[in-house]
Amino acid sequence: MKFQMRRQTELYLLAIVVVLSIFLTVMNPKFLTLENLFDLLRNNSFLGIVALGELIVLISGGIDVSFTATATVAQYIMGVIISRTMVNSVLLAFLIPIPIGIALGAINGCLVYYTRVNPVIITISTLNFYYGVLMFISKGTWIYKFPPTFREFAKLKLFTLMSSKGVPFGVSIFTLFWVILGIITFFLLKYLPIGRKIYAVGGNLEAARRAGFNIFRIQLFVYCYIGLLAGVAGFVHAELNQMIQPNAIVGMELDVIAAAILGGASVFGGVGTVGGTFLGVLLIAIVKNGLILMKASAYWHEVIMGSIIVLAASISAYQRKLQIRREKGRFVEEQLF
Amino acid sequence: MWKNSSFKVGDIQIMALVFLLAGLLLLMSFLTRGKLLEIQSLQAIAFQLPLLGLLTLAQMGPMVSGGIDLSIIATANLVSIIMALSMTRFFPSLHAPFAILLGLLLSLLLGMVKGFFVALVSVPAIIATLGLMIFIRGVSLVITRGYVIAGFPRDFLFIGNGTVVGIPTSFIIFAAFAIFMYILLSRTRFGLELYLFGSNPVATLFSGVDNRKVVFRTYLLSSFLAGVASCVMASRFNAAQADYGESYLLLTVLACVLGGVSPSGGSGRVLGITVSVIILQVVATGFNLLGFSSHLASALWGIILLGVVLFNRLVFG
Repeated sequence: MKFQMRRQTELYLLAIVVVLSIFLTVMNPKFLTLENLFDLLRNNSFLGIVALGELIVLISGGIDVSFTATATVAQYIMGVIISRTMVNSVLLAFLIPIPIGIALGAINGCLVYYTRVNPVIITISTLNFYYGVLMFISKGTWIYKFPPTFREFAKLKLFTLMSSKGVPFGVSIFTLFWVILGIITFFLLKYLPIGRKIYAVGGNLEAARRAGFNIFRIQLFVYCYIGLLAGVAGFVHAELNQMIQPNAIVGMELDVIAAAILGGASVFGGVGTVGGTFLGVLLIAIVKNGLILMKASAYWHEVIMGSIIVLAASISAYQRKLQIRREKGRFVEEQLF
Repeated sequence: MWKNSSFKVGDIQIMALVFLLAGLLLLMSFLTRGKLLEIQSLQAIAFQLPLLGLLTLAQMGPMVSGGIDLSIIATANLVSIIMALSMTRFFPSLHAPFAILLGLLLSLLLGMVKGFFVALVSVPAIIATLGLMIFIRGVSLVITRGYVIAGFPRDFLFIGNGTVVGIPTSFIIFAAFAIFMYILLSRTRFGLELYLFGSNPVATLFSGVDNRKVVFRTYLLSSFLAGVASCVMASRFNAAQADYGESYLLLTVLACVLGGVSPSGGSGRVLGITVSVIILQVVATGFNLLGFSSHLASALWGIILLGVVLFNRLVFG
């Protein structure tokens, strides 16, 4: 039953993405060009990568709003190190933010497990703490002096095509990052024991506890995983922009949560898929891209984003109600959920 | 927490808060070399406290019900903007009382929207109010295009900056609403149902309570209080903008948790909230006097909230 519902969400979402794409192409033929599509996939790779982490946290029944601060701290420390030492190695730059992300995620995981307080409250606190400390120490200074290989790496493409105007374009290396991490997350959720445990904990925490699962280990893993992805995404973000501004990422957490929820994940936990999340990110990216192509005022972004979140959450709440009505009767459904 | 011992636990918590307040007052006056206890600082506290206090009262209802309202600041800002437009552009001849009426009506309307999604559609409060927060702030941005609307008539400025027999008007408003909330939560059927719902919705349902009505009213009340807070905020700043006071959101949650509202719902009293609001305002004013940057302050608020949550877990289990 649940499986069918999830499939449905993905199909709806795919239909919306297709309809929206057709509409935007009619409005502005530039939309449906390979160039714009590749750009879209490149520019949203940050969003896509962290959304995978948020997906796992949501499946486990938690929520994390602090990953933007984690990504910022991780990329800032990386920026300071590589701009001071000018070590000419992308691999090193890539490896710096990961342990930082995992460490900050581990703090979240421990706090969530130990206090048993709603993770929103915990992660709002750590968001303010991580970000506040970073802004206090860095004083908001931007970093834009990077070693040459760091700059060259951003231009790497998987393959290159020529546009009709003779401008080369192609699939960015960062889109590949996103795809690989998506595949890893998919395998982790579907085929590894830890993945099934995450679904179990999110579906019914008490049942999972009584079944003998180590809840602490699972929650720690989940928050470390989003920390790790935030670290990688921090690297990707720095590469994409060739600049590190401490205030560039914080504030994007809502977009990411919206993407995961649009994709069928639920704040009640226990449901959500990698494919759905990918479509959720794509939908948000298309809406934003479309608003720009249609030259709509930037002020409308928030109105539309807010409406999408409320609408998507309402649909999933309604589906949940229907399911409960089938299982427990109308009265319980109307009053309790 | 709604067990036999809950009142005792609550009393101990409030006593602990009073001691904490005394300790912080001492520490802060020491750190600021007595500046905190000078008359100007105390006045500043009395003028700044009502805004935080009213917003915290707005956050309290949803948190007691086991939810949270992330959209109170956005609501307050939109209400301020509508009041500002009414006073400066559309109906300048109708003066402040009309604008306030209009603003409070808008806050009730927004409360009905929130109540609709949380109570009737059953969207989890966190997500519903998150989406509505973005939506409402978006509407404010579309209306103002990011600009500040400033320059209100003098009778409106009286709310945030005037005094009545030496007491700031806004402080009197806060005190009145604190008493109102106290009576509503501890002396009425609605209050009892709200606490019951927060601690155990299933048991509440089977005691014959209409859960949906309780939740709907909670968000209506919360929005209305955000509307009242908005009058104080707009008047105090003499301006309205789409993103004023966003740092208050964390502070309201912190004030509730510190004041004894369990984040899972069902407990918390107005007295505890009031003491915790005073504590936070004293600390905030202390931070100001010490010249802390807003970022350092928000980092400290984050760590304090975590500290309180951990402390509660250690002491009260």
